[in-house]
Amino acid sequence: MSRRPGQRVPLALLLPAGLGLLFLVLPLVGLLARAPWTSLPRRLAEPGVRTALRLSLETATAATVLCVLLGVPLAWLLARVEFPGRRLVRALVTVPLVLPPVVGGVALLLVFGRRGLLGSWLDATFGITLPFTTAGVVLAEAFVAMPFLVIAVEGALRGADRRYEEAAATLGAGRWTTFTRVTLPLVAPGVAAGAVLCWARALGEFGATITFAGNYPGRTQTMPLAVYLALETDLQAAIVLSLILLTVSVAILAGLRDRWLGTT
Amino acid sequence: MTVRWTRAARAATAALTLALAGCGGADEPAAGDAGGRVTVFAAASLTESFTRLGRDFEAAHPGTTVTVNFAGSSALATQITQGAPADVFVAASPATMKTVTDAGDAAGEPTILVRNQLVIAVPAGNPGRVTGLADLARPGVKVALCAEQVPCGAAAKTALGAAGVRLTPATLEQDVKGALAKVKLGEVDAALVYRTDARATAGALDAVEFPESARAVNDYPIVVLKHAANPGGARAFVDHVRSAAGLAVLTAAGFQAPQSR
Repeated sequence: MSRRPGQRVPLALLLPAGLGLLFLVLPLVGLLARAPWTSLPRRLAEPGVRTALRLSLETATAATVLCVLLGVPLAWLLARVEFPGRRLVRALVTVPLVLPPVVGGVALLLVFGRRGLLGSWLDATFGITLPFTTAGVVLAEAFVAMPFLVIAVEGALRGADRRYEEAAATLGAGRWTTFTRVTLPLVAPGVAAGAVLCWARALGEFGATITFAGNYPGRTQTMPLAVYLALETDLQAAIVLSLILLTVSVAILAGLRDRWLGTT
Repeated sequence: MTVRWTRAARAATAALTLALAGCGGADEPAAGDAGGRVTVFAAASLTESFTRLGRDFEAAHPGTTVTVNFAGSSALATQITQGAPADVFVAASPATMKTVTDAGDAAGEPTILVRNQLVIAVPAGNPGRVTGLADLARPGVKVALCAEQVPCGAAAKTALGAAGVRLTPATLEQDVKGALAKVKLGEVDAALVYRTDARATAGALDAVEFPESARAVNDYPIVVLKHAANPGGARAFVDHVRSAAGLAVLTAAGFQAPQSR
């Protein structure tokens, strides 16, 4: 926000920036303008809405934990270890970003489904089936959200000063010790930012979830699925549900940002 | 440099004005190229037959293009009442059609085009050994139904109620194609879908008929829309699908003619 005196913001940047902001905010204004405010408290008190909201928050959080546990080591591997085919692996990590989520859901079914590559074995050996379960929702959300975390953490790792790691190594620290005691604290803000992005993406996930985990209230019906079905019969209800999801997520994201990232 | 930026700014302003104008312009019919284009919004279960009917109509009326937007009826109804440019609407239930007529978006009264009935779709070979509605409630049998909010779900609820069968489905799908996909992938042992959908995918799955489906017959109303950009073309298309040749295409797909009940 620091503007040096005598330096004006160039109009060539200000104009598209303003248009960009307008483009992002106008749809939100549309939602707010059409919202039936009077029925909002009543809708919020509906048990179905609270169930879907709680399921959304729980699954998005679980998916984020899964993404951090798997994604941070993956990001480290991509940023710190030279190996053949690294560029290909990096491209593969971004596949869920470009894949339409519904296709991602079908792909998950083909692997983890009852007749899937791994799913048939899981079912036969352990009696575990993932489709149509809450665990399936977490899996679908983690699949689409993990690239956000990996990309953010890899960027942070590349931007981090490697001299600290080298100093730790010359002092006799092994790679694991260096990772946990030096690298991880160094990129903690990057991990937090990635986790927040990942959580937000998981919270809004629709396509992969409904395809892989189906839609059943209390078990796999998250807020975005509830919004979509409400849209089938009742536009007003859909708007209200969207606003609830939006408010909760913005409140949580803003709160986390202040606490973890220390930015304003 | 200045000139170029001004031009860019003007273009941006024009784009914005256009975008804002789009908000208010929904009520006026799109002017201009209405000529040879008929835009049809049709329920997802009509995908195969209406694709065929569209091609037949184009062949009979050279120079005319038929564009069909297939989706869940309720989603289509929402799009129409929110001002989507469509000439003809075919819904999979009178209740969905009513949201469009209530909003004053229909030109005239809708007529029933065809009827559709439910069947139990099972994966090829019927691994769950499903022979009737009662089998769906058996423990260990995974069932996909449409959500109650969409016509096929409402019909499923009526049929299950008529048979006195209570069950907990594995999933409540957003449309009939979603339920069908779960059967095709073998993720569920059965799904209640329209006979027409089961027939369109015959081979990948088997259909089990059940008597209670006669209690939950779905009517498909068709109507020309009030804000049709091409009302003449729209009426000609409706006449075409309601003709003997048109109905033959629909009954071949598994639909019933309206008078057969």
